[in-house]
Amino acid sequence: MAARERLVVVGNGMVSLRFLERLAEHAPGRYDVTVIGKEASPAYNRVLLSALLAGDVDLAGCVLRDESWYRRSRIRLLTGRTATAIHPAARTVSVDGESIPFDRLVLATGSDPIMLPRPGMDLPGVMAFRDLAHVDTMRALRGSDARAVVIGGGLLGLEAAYGLARLGVDTTLLHVMDRLMERQLDARAARLVRAAMERKGVRILLEANTEAVEGFGRVQAVRLADGTVIPADLVVVAVGVRPRVDLARAAGLAIGRGVQVDDGLQTSRSGIHAIGECAEHRGQVYGLVEPGYEQADILARRLGGRDETYAGSTVATSLKVSGLPVFSAGEIADQAEGEPILLSDPASGIYRKLLLRDGRLVGSLLIGDVAESTWYRELIRTGEPVGPFRHDLMFGRPTTLAEAEPQRLVA
Amino acid sequence: MTAYPTDLGAPVRTTCPYCGVGCGVLARPDGTGGVSIQGDPDHPANFGRLCSKGSALGETVGLDGRLLHPVLQGRRASWDEALGAAASGLQDVLDRHGPDAVAFYLSGQLLTEDYYVANKLIKGFIGSPHVDTNSRLCMSSSVAGHKRAFGSDTVPGCYEDLDEADLLILVGSNAAWCHPILFRRMLDNRTRRGAKIIVVDPRRSATGDEADLFLPVTPGMDTALFCGLLVHLVETDALDRAYLDAHTSDFEAALSRSRAIAPDLATTARLTGLPKSDVASFFTLFRNTGRVVTCYSQGVNQSAQGTDKVGAIINCHLATGRIGRPGMGPFSLTGQPNAMGGREVGGLANMLAAHMGFAPPDIDRVRRFWDASRMAETEGLKAVALFDAIDTGRIKALWVMATNPLVSMPDADRVARALAKLELLIVSDNVASSDTVARGADILFPAAAWGEKDGTVTNSERRISRQRAFLPLPGEARPDWWIVSEVAREMGFAAAFPYRSAAEIFREHAALTAFENEGARDLDLGALVALDQDGYDALAPVQWPVPAGGAEARRLFAEGGFFTLDGRARLVPPEPPKLAASLCDTYPFWLNTGRVRDHWHTMTRTGKSPRLGSHRPVPFVEVNPADAARLGLSAGDLARVSTTSGSTVLEVEIHSGQAPGSLFVPIHWSRDTSSDGRIGPLVHGFVDPHSGQPETKATPAAIAPEPMRLRGFVLSRGPVRLAEGTWWARAAIAGGTGTLFAAHGTAREIAEWAPDLFPGADLAEYVDARADVYRCAAFSEGRFKGVLFVGPADGRPQWEAAKLLLARPDEVEDRRVALSGKPPGGQPTGPLVCACFGVGLSAIREAIASGGATTPEAIGVALRAGTNCGSCLPELRRIVVQEAVA
Repeated sequence: MAARERLVVVGNGMVSLRFLERLAEHAPGRYDVTVIGKEASPAYNRVLLSALLAGDVDLAGCVLRDESWYRRSRIRLLTGRTATAIHPAARTVSVDGESIPFDRLVLATGSDPIMLPRPGMDLPGVMAFRDLAHVDTMRALRGSDARAVVIGGGLLGLEAAYGLARLGVDTTLLHVMDRLMERQLDARAARLVRAAMERKGVRILLEANTEAVEGFGRVQAVRLADGTVIPADLVVVAVGVRPRVDLARAAGLAIGRGVQVDDGLQTSRSGIHAIGECAEHRGQVYGLVEPGYEQADILARRLGGRDETYAGSTVATSLKVSGLPVFSAGEIADQAEGEPILLSDPASGIYRKLLLRDGRLVGSLLIGDVAESTWYRELIRTGEPVGPFRHDLMFGRPTTLAEAEPQRLVA
Repeated sequence: MTAYPTDLGAPVRTTCPYCGVGCGVLARPDGTGGVSIQGDPDHPANFGRLCSKGSALGETVGLDGRLLHPVLQGRRASWDEALGAAASGLQDVLDRHGPDAVAFYLSGQLLTEDYYVANKLIKGFIGSPHVDTNSRLCMSSSVAGHKRAFGSDTVPGCYEDLDEADLLILVGSNAAWCHPILFRRMLDNRTRRGAKIIVVDPRRSATGDEADLFLPVTPGMDTALFCGLLVHLVETDALDRAYLDAHTSDFEAALSRSRAIAPDLATTARLTGLPKSDVASFFTLFRNTGRVVTCYSQGVNQSAQGTDKVGAIINCHLATGRIGRPGMGPFSLTGQPNAMGGREVGGLANMLAAHMGFAPPDIDRVRRFWDASRMAETEGLKAVALFDAIDTGRIKALWVMATNPLVSMPDADRVARALAKLELLIVSDNVASSDTVARGADILFPAAAWGEKDGTVTNSERRISRQRAFLPLPGEARPDWWIVSEVAREMGFAAAFPYRSAAEIFREHAALTAFENEGARDLDLGALVALDQDGYDALAPVQWPVPAGGAEARRLFAEGGFFTLDGRARLVPPEPPKLAASLCDTYPFWLNTGRVRDHWHTMTRTGKSPRLGSHRPVPFVEVNPADAARLGLSAGDLARVSTTSGSTVLEVEIHSGQAPGSLFVPIHWSRDTSSDGRIGPLVHGFVDPHSGQPETKATPAAIAPEPMRLRGFVLSRGPVRLAEGTWWARAAIAGGTGTLFAAHGTAREIAEWAPDLFPGADLAEYVDARADVYRCAAFSEGRFKGVLFVGPADGRPQWEAAKLLLARPDEVEDRRVALSGKPPGGQPTGPLVCACFGVGLSAIREAIASGGATTPEAIGVALRAGTNCGSCLPELRRIVVQEAVA
């Protein structure tokens, strides 16, 4: 019996797990798989941290696979272990001094939260919102009269702030831009989201440039560039993530903002792949789980012998704040070139924008009513011409009946 | 005054207020202002049937839009004030300018008793003969034709003749839409007895669709067809020489003129534009069929030669003795519910009273009967001349009752200018916003409407029926006879106007018909003179003449007995046929006018019914397909139709029944219901020399595309006004009002209307600025208030789905659906086809497609469509054919 190829996966997050699941499907038994994970527990659903914080799911709901799954799948799982070096020429990975050989290597090292380069970021009580421990810290404030400041008005910051407010914590959200979620929302949607967040008890300061976090031995306040001082017992920083590329860089792989991969999801070295938030594809680094899933699927199929390539993902975001459905995909900026179609119903908290260009859907922004979001995403991805049903687009898939029997004109 | 039914469950027998068929109606008031309507199975006009309009009467009795109190110089006034002002105003004009400066303009909607009192006041006490009526526009050529031929305005036959004829000829009549119940009788006759139906009409209407032989005659050439027929009857020896010898005169003169006009088949065919073979078939059928009824309507009457057309038709019946016998005779189908009653009391400028004219013995007789203080002694001015005389300043005071001349008169904009010159304009009406009311009268009197007033009407077969009140008088509304009587009393004529009830007036009218009659006059109600209040209230439909001690007459003239001095009918030599105007390069189309199936006159009543509003919701112009293609017009486009007197914009309907070179427009829309639908201003005012009836069916016209950038609609709980410069038309829909519009500008500009259209409402909006689409739905405290939809004209927004929402208020759970233009579950019904049962095109197509219903009859079984009034049967037949092809 020929020796199986040795496949080593560095990282044990959601994308890594998705890759392993798909690999088991497309190449069962073909690889001798080892997974190296830094966290003590197996992969959990990080996307659900906000829901966990808000109390919409419990911890069990966040667990993706327990260790027995890895055993049954004959995957060697090394938890609480850190890969310290890759040796491309030698085809080995150093893990806490141990050298693990590989024939193929998959980097799924994810990203790190960015902490602002401001004084006081290292004070106790300042943290990111990234793992189960952060959730525990925040949940511990329930019932106290603690005051929390969330820095960052993006998706994660809003979810953190909402979760804190829901715990009864006095919460202020600071955002440096003039509107929330500026990359996913246009001005009007941002106003709606802001109003909805305020109704949910989050105080919001825009154009709030954090100058320093202050405190003696522990965080006590956030000071803004305009001199405003906001008392704080907890500061959550959610201003973005940075791909984890140290290992790859040290190994001499080509790095841009992330580990650069081609359409085959291969890095600059043959047999070494990167997927998920650590990867940079066609200049694009994705800070969301779904593109990572798509990459994982394609890579698993490729390693199963299929000749598929990855052409990039349509980014879609959904805000997980209950009672405030928000979906954003493609181009949604006010300045974006194209033909916007708008639906608004302020009394119902609904605002929907679809952006068309050259007869195709290129962007979709849905507030309050996210029905059809998967359809829009698909239309954006496929670039299917939508002209024939332009005026049905906002209201759902045209039924064949409606298409087959055009009504008589007005009269 | 009037007794109202107290037992709310008992039906009140009354008569439909629409066309001249005069159908009996059973009205069951619900006690809260509404009423349920059924046909009266015992009424001899309809035996229980009602047409779409009659069936929907219950939807038209609401008080919205009603004039409910007197108005004096624009402000609300008491009855005392308004009556006093009217009396002193009339007296003042009378004193300063004499009786010739006073005129009344009445209506075929008035009851006989109203008419009688108005006619008596002006002709016997004010002393002016200038009382004319909208009947002048409707059937005065028939009156003149009858009088020339018979010596009296007598319809010789009765409806049973339609059941018993073997050949039914309809000339200038769209009976399928305009007299649906009579047309059903004709179709039933065809089914049961095999009668043939011939339709003579330049336009293939729904009636023409049903014909065994359709003769699309060249406009104005009907006379040539009947002259040719008379010649043919002579040459084939088909005359009734005995009848001619015994009961007629002037046959040779009529024949000689007929020969000069249409000496042979070829000439007849050439003049009428018909294939020789069809003319020959027509001649042969007429010759060989004893039982022939020739029905004619506005296509004959509304002509500058209408009286001659009537004469040419009557000539053929007199020459063959086919008159006054079962299944035979000329038959004028009257347009209005009481045009006949108006004629009977003399409510026309060229009649005095009770079918008497202005011969000195008649004047003297009426003077004595009325004890009149100031008798009119000459014929007065007929409608067109009457408004001309207002324009030239001869007439200074006008009282308009129950009609809307600013819509219905030819050259109506000139009429509007003329009214502005009056010293005194009094208007009695039951609506507050008719065009004539809205332009501002000195005095407005709130008149009682159908269902509230009591009296009699006479239908096309001389049958007098009671209209009975079943609703209380609303607000301060009063019956017209009361208003006129009160003004007469204020003017000092109390002794002659002592009336306390309609019954008293009817008795006096009946007495006048019998007064010194002795069989000299056709109209004799001698048997009804002694009718007391109970007898009047219980009066069953009765056909005149009913002389004292005599039986009612079903038919007249079978044995002669005409009301000329010598007792003989006259055959009339008609003038060579031609239209009053000529086409030219600028105005190369003939503009024809008429009715649609589900509307009546200016829609003050039918316009309130959602069922009736949906068949044809906008004013339109019908164009022949080849003309449309040449002009670049598609169905639904807007087009400007112009004549020398006016111009307007209408939606294009393409109809192969429309002859090339001709246009058809409906008469119903007014300023109140549309921006541009008023047709009166386009129609020229050439009149018939005998009847004074204007030629409203042949005005030279031009048509050209009038592209508007946007089309849209507003659905709202109540009527809305759109910005000046917008083209719009309004229709009643379930739950509110639908306003269809077209506009220049951009959807963004239209969007600015929304807050004003729905003040204070939450607006949900859909905007596709690049595609020029805007939609909004309005809600107030969760309740659906309406929508505004606008989009590019070539992809017109469709309102069927949105209409469903308005019809089901408070059930809009998904507010987005209100903006989608899609129905909230289920398909929209499509345009209404059967108004009686509310069956739309979609359901009919579905029934056909499913294979379950492949004939109109089967559709009737499946959906009930077409099984009541049957006026949609031609349309059903057409749909069946279309679907079979598709």
